[in-house]
Amino acid sequence: MTLFAPLGRPGMAAKLATSAVALAIFASSASAESIRWARVADALTLDPHSQNEGPTSTLLHHIYETLVRRDTDGSLQPRLATEWAIHADDPTIWVITLRQGVTFHDGSALTAEDVVFSFDRVRHESSGFRGLHSAVTGATAVDDYTVHVQMAGPSPLYVQNLTNFFIMDSGWAEANDVVNPQNFAAGEENFAVRNANGTGPYTLVSRDPEVRTVMAYFENHWDAAPQVTEIIYTPIAEAATRVAALLSGEVDVVQDVPVQDIQRLEQTDGVKVVTGPENRNIFFGYDVTSEKLASANVDDNPFSHAEIREAMALALDRDAIQQIVMRGQSQPSAAPLPPFVNGWTEALSAYSAPDYDRATALVSGIYPDGFSVDMHCPNDRYLNDEAICQAFVGMLGRIGIDANLVSQTRSLHFPLIENWETDFYLLGWGVPTFDSAYVFDFLLHSREEGFGSYNGSRYSNADVDAKIESLSTMTDLAARDAVIAEIWAQVMADRPVLNVHNQLLAYAMRDDITLAVHPENQPHMATLTLGY
Amino acid sequence: MLAFIIRRIVQSAIVMLVVALVSFALFRFVGDPIGNMVGQETSLEDREALRTTLGLNDPFVAQFGRFIGNALQGDFGISYRLQQPVMELILQRLPATLELAFVSGLAAFVLGVSAGVYTALHRRGLLSTSIMAVSLIGVSLPTFLIGILLIWLFAVELQWLPSFGRGETVVLPGGWETGFLTSSGRLSLILPAITLGLFQMTLIMRLVRAEMLEVLRTDYIKFARARGLSNRAVNFGHALKNTLVPVITITGLQLGAIIAFAIITETVFQWPGVGALFINSVRAVDVPVMAAYLVLIALIFVIINLIVDLLYYAVDPRLRVERSAARH
Repeated sequence: MTLFAPLGRPGMAAKLATSAVALAIFASSASAESIRWARVADALTLDPHSQNEGPTSTLLHHIYETLVRRDTDGSLQPRLATEWAIHADDPTIWVITLRQGVTFHDGSALTAEDVVFSFDRVRHESSGFRGLHSAVTGATAVDDYTVHVQMAGPSPLYVQNLTNFFIMDSGWAEANDVVNPQNFAAGEENFAVRNANGTGPYTLVSRDPEVRTVMAYFENHWDAAPQVTEIIYTPIAEAATRVAALLSGEVDVVQDVPVQDIQRLEQTDGVKVVTGPENRNIFFGYDVTSEKLASANVDDNPFSHAEIREAMALALDRDAIQQIVMRGQSQPSAAPLPPFVNGWTEALSAYSAPDYDRATALVSGIYPDGFSVDMHCPNDRYLNDEAICQAFVGMLGRIGIDANLVSQTRSLHFPLIENWETDFYLLGWGVPTFDSAYVFDFLLHSREEGFGSYNGSRYSNADVDAKIESLSTMTDLAARDAVIAEIWAQVMADRPVLNVHNQLLAYAMRDDITLAVHPENQPHMATLTLGY
Repeated sequence: MLAFIIRRIVQSAIVMLVVALVSFALFRFVGDPIGNMVGQETSLEDREALRTTLGLNDPFVAQFGRFIGNALQGDFGISYRLQQPVMELILQRLPATLELAFVSGLAAFVLGVSAGVYTALHRRGLLSTSIMAVSLIGVSLPTFLIGILLIWLFAVELQWLPSFGRGETVVLPGGWETGFLTSSGRLSLILPAITLGLFQMTLIMRLVRAEMLEVLRTDYIKFARARGLSNRAVNFGHALKNTLVPVITITGLQLGAIIAFAIITETVFQWPGVGALFINSVRAVDVPVMAAYLVLIALIFVIINLIVDLLYYAVDPRLRVERSAARH
């Protein structure tokens, strides 16, 4: 049921009507409740192991289920697995106990065999998620509801990698010839791209890619019935149109609300905005290692001087960026990790006020005439990314650093970092495992086999590398946390990156709806509640 | 006649080949598709392996040759982004774009001609001056802004019309998905059609007005009036008829432009047509879809041009004699 008529005005009359309907719902709990949900982009595919991409996983969480799920407070909660533990005798084995009485949408029961099959499928070379499961060497079904996952070595935090690992029905996959995820080179479309058979609370009713996806409540779902029984998911790419659709009552929930519209929406009757921290921090990186920079007008590498890095930190006015560029929608922080992540401390995120006099003195001590360098920035990836860069260019100008801003699409920006073709860049980093090791592995470890693919700083410290590598096999979590703290202390002193802030997410919705912001931007409509 | 058509078809094939070549050369500047296809955990080695599998490391000539070879067999490959066959994606979206283009083209033509005739006949009237003034908006405001203004007024403030999408659609036998048969489909069409057609309408109106003013001054109109024909017969039977030849040509060519440049309108209104598909594909560097779309648009332009040329040929007997001099 739609509370507002499609073109109804969300005003007082509608509110009265809503309360009347809400009363009616209490009277008969069997009422159907339909939610129209809009966000910037559609899921790319329904194949649960193909595209490791935000909107795709968010939609799939409604149809498929994972062994464990990430709650809105960042904690790990049971889902298809009721228990998970490291094997008592062998620290390289994870023991996963499955929930009983779970059925797939086609009626077949969930067993350990399906989980083993899914482990094999997600590690196939055409899977977009295989990087998260590279430590797995194999999975075996011990009985119908117990799975042993064999790791290459002790992996005490591997379970954190399972929050986007969807379980597929092995029988369905074999019957429809989708044992492996989509292979682009083969030139054929995989059946699983447009068809789905999960255990999730919603079944797929219809799907028109980039137009509309309709899902309905799955009566045989194992969990308590959600209030929302039908979901109509519509991607609306244009920000102004997305907001207009909410204001005109054509959609009920809008994800990806533009920062500049938040205040206006908050003041609109019948609409509310909820904000919360996203698991993603935004920082500047710079080449600290090369002898000479490609784009700088000086003969050595300015970023290799600790004084210059300190001066840049002193020039970055995080509060000004938060208030003016982000309109309050960010959490300024000195450390490059989001607050939910294991290893984060209040002290790490503390930052000092800018000091332009001292920064100028530090720069002119080495380069009396200052220096110039190119700054690369994406303009379609993070909240106000280009504006953050512009603001920092102005701040650097005050201390004698002439940054030449090169702002371009993400498809051009990220290869520069991957190929070490940029001296100075903006990057955002999410931490899906909610552990500092993920930041260390990709951003701070020297670039070598399996490490440092986004270490655009070329930061290389043998001592830090050794500590990072030791983390992956440490089973004593207290000792492990101590090593994490040591690494952070060293990294914060060396300043290979300059963190700006942590992004905030904003969802806008009809004001009788309650939906919490999910740190990974994966709101689940089964958690949505209605009523004032 | 037959030789003429054959010659034009050969020319068209060359045009399409050149379009494919130029667009392929441009794709190198759009960016790297791999980053949009894999998660951030993917190692540099795996990225390189996928790049090799997709043939992105091959020399330009080899990539282009492979594209042409497959395209000649009707195979445009699989979309990197949506993982569906490209031709199927485009054919599925094409009805939305064609219906939008048809409605806005028709509205632009009918309204443009009427307003043009009116303003030419009543040059100093209050209504004419206001129409001319308003038409300046259509010529000067960017499509994007017009769309947003219309949404704000008719969807958010007045709540008369939907702000996005195509409404309910009905799939006709043959797979054509139409929005004409449902009321929500027809309502959804109004704002995008106005947005897309406004520029063409003002263009046609100004063209008709200028042509009418020209024709009304000619000797044969004076002679017709001297013969005592009614105003109606003079204005519509003689003057308008003679202004319509260039107007029809321009409208035909503009129809191609409407189809090709519906991109912005489709993006603003989340209209599920080929233009929106193209923009999303550019963002994700979905090379197979971009290549197929550009070739398709080239094909549409080539076909419309061919039809317009043939119409000229049929309508104007002089062209049969001095064809090469008269064409364009």
